[in-house]
Amino acid sequence: MDNFELICPAGTPAALRAAVDAGADAVYLGFRDETNARNFPGLNFTRQDVADAVAYAHARKVEIFVAINTYPQAGNLDPWRKAVDDAARLKVDAVILADLGLLEYAAKRHPDLRLHLSVQASAANVEAIRLYCDAFGVRRVVLPRVLTVPEIARLNAEIDIETEVFVFGGLCPMAEGRCSLSSYATGLSPNKQGVCSPASHVRYEPRGSALASTLGGFTINVFGEGEPAGYPTLCKGRFVARDTPAYLFEEPTSLNAMDLLPELKAAGVRALKIEGRQRGKAYIGAVVRAYREALDSFAAGRPVPRIDLQAMVEGGTQTTGAYTRAWR
Amino acid sequence: MTASLTLGPVLFNWPVDRWRDFYARIADEAPVDTVIVGEIVCFKRAPFFAQAMGEVVERLTAAGKTVWFASPILVGSERERVAMRDLVEADAGLVEANDMGALALLAGRPHAVGPMINVYNEATLAWLAGRGAVAVSLPAELPAAAVAALARAGRELGVAVEVQTWGRAPLAISARCYHARAHGLHKDGCQFVCGNDPDGLAVTTMDGQPFLTVNGTQTMSHGCLCLAEEMAELSAMGIARFRLSPQAMDMVRVAEAFRAVLDGRRGGAEVAAELGGLIGAPLVNGFFHDTAGARQVAAGA
Repeated sequence: MDNFELICPAGTPAALRAAVDAGADAVYLGFRDETNARNFPGLNFTRQDVADAVAYAHARKVEIFVAINTYPQAGNLDPWRKAVDDAARLKVDAVILADLGLLEYAAKRHPDLRLHLSVQASAANVEAIRLYCDAFGVRRVVLPRVLTVPEIARLNAEIDIETEVFVFGGLCPMAEGRCSLSSYATGLSPNKQGVCSPASHVRYEPRGSALASTLGGFTINVFGEGEPAGYPTLCKGRFVARDTPAYLFEEPTSLNAMDLLPELKAAGVRALKIEGRQRGKAYIGAVVRAYREALDSFAAGRPVPRIDLQAMVEGGTQTTGAYTRAWR
Repeated sequence: MTASLTLGPVLFNWPVDRWRDFYARIADEAPVDTVIVGEIVCFKRAPFFAQAMGEVVERLTAAGKTVWFASPILVGSERERVAMRDLVEADAGLVEANDMGALALLAGRPHAVGPMINVYNEATLAWLAGRGAVAVSLPAELPAAAVAALARAGRELGVAVEVQTWGRAPLAISARCYHARAHGLHKDGCQFVCGNDPDGLAVTTMDGQPFLTVNGTQTMSHGCLCLAEEMAELSAMGIARFRLSPQAMDMVRVAEAFRAVLDGRRGGAEVAAELGGLIGAPLVNGFFHDTAGARQVAAGA
């Protein structure tokens, strides 16, 4: 039985080396600009960094994928096209794209460049996936976190291309690439600028013994004395509906689908993706090592070990998210 | 090019009688040119409206309206997929695709592209035009510069580019139902609680600031997007289609007001002031002015 491919994040060259050394099969990263969906200050790769990353990874039989998965701005397509050209020139193993116009450009200009469909394209059904496959020769689709495992199995039974799913890390409760919540609160968006809940718009306000966190002037949470104050990611905030303050959209939690490896394998999933290009090398190393061990055990027919990743999850809680129907 | 008004699909879960009456009045009284119908937010609600659809379409068509059929925003399950396929195959009229799956099925025949499909640039617009798109309604978060570039490209490509000028902005869609969640229910046993809130469920911050609106699996803005004062600018860019998204209010009056602006009979500021008084939410135009969508930017600022 083929093992799953383990796809790991890197926001810095140090994180990249940590991911490669810990057992990644491929590492995904982005250029240091608005062309990728993790456009945070101090993160991401220069062209030279990518060249170095390719050399380091390829020497160890690990692949490099470059995410160019924001939507090119009207009237200013060049930064995105150049990112695709540079990724091809730097001999990366695949580019991860979302925009139709950019996919067309990449397919025409670089016919030998392997194209993956980003989760930001939100292709959640057979017809959508076939379109990307037929029109642009996309070879793999990263599935949006809206499908249950049985839905993924049915989908894989009908398509000919590989699917990749998220198994660990931050969890978008909204369909990816179709969320303008940040844009509404701050003017900066995942699709346009590659940012969600940007740090530039975050404020923390002490209120007696409490602490409020705000984003773009909207209060995202108020933490009582002794309550750990998390980052105000908009959809993980506490809001009031029907007079009740609650985590209306999603609790501060992390996805961890390690227990679902047998089901995901039976569903025909090819690759498993760890989220977290904004994370440090210690985190990346620990999570990648844990998943490497789990995948190797599973591939060898041994039981999946119970690996404690509790210290690595947001808010100290884990979820299998949309993979199980109960989440809905 | 003659400017036209589009009435987008009703996004909320209205009782079917109210829904039918709404369209009857639109047919008789509202100066809109195109009416887009269909349940696009939640597949579970669709059967309620299906029973009245034929009558509504007939009434609108008899009144001279062009009727288009909108496809669902998020198509994941097998049942949703079948419904999407049925909609396209019914060939009852032009379909507005709101999901890439529907777009795939519509290739090669004239169709519209809805605001839930990511059209952010002219390369994407050109690709869509090449597959048969005749009209594209832009995502709400696009700023003026992008709208202008897309309007220009649309003219060259022969694609009518549309901008939403009234109604709460759709901000997100999920597999999870937040309406059910707010009631301590699961999506599978939701009891259709979204039907309690004909204008959506208000979501405020813990400090009581109005912020968002939950509409089942959809999250919308609290502020009501209004580009009445920007109509002249939009027209100058070459935008000729203006979308009004239904709210639980007098939409005939909204349509009349926007028609008056288009005809040069009333000023945008005056219309914005009037309409702002009819809805229990602030008017917002920040997206268009390249700032937070929740903001209202003064004309000429």
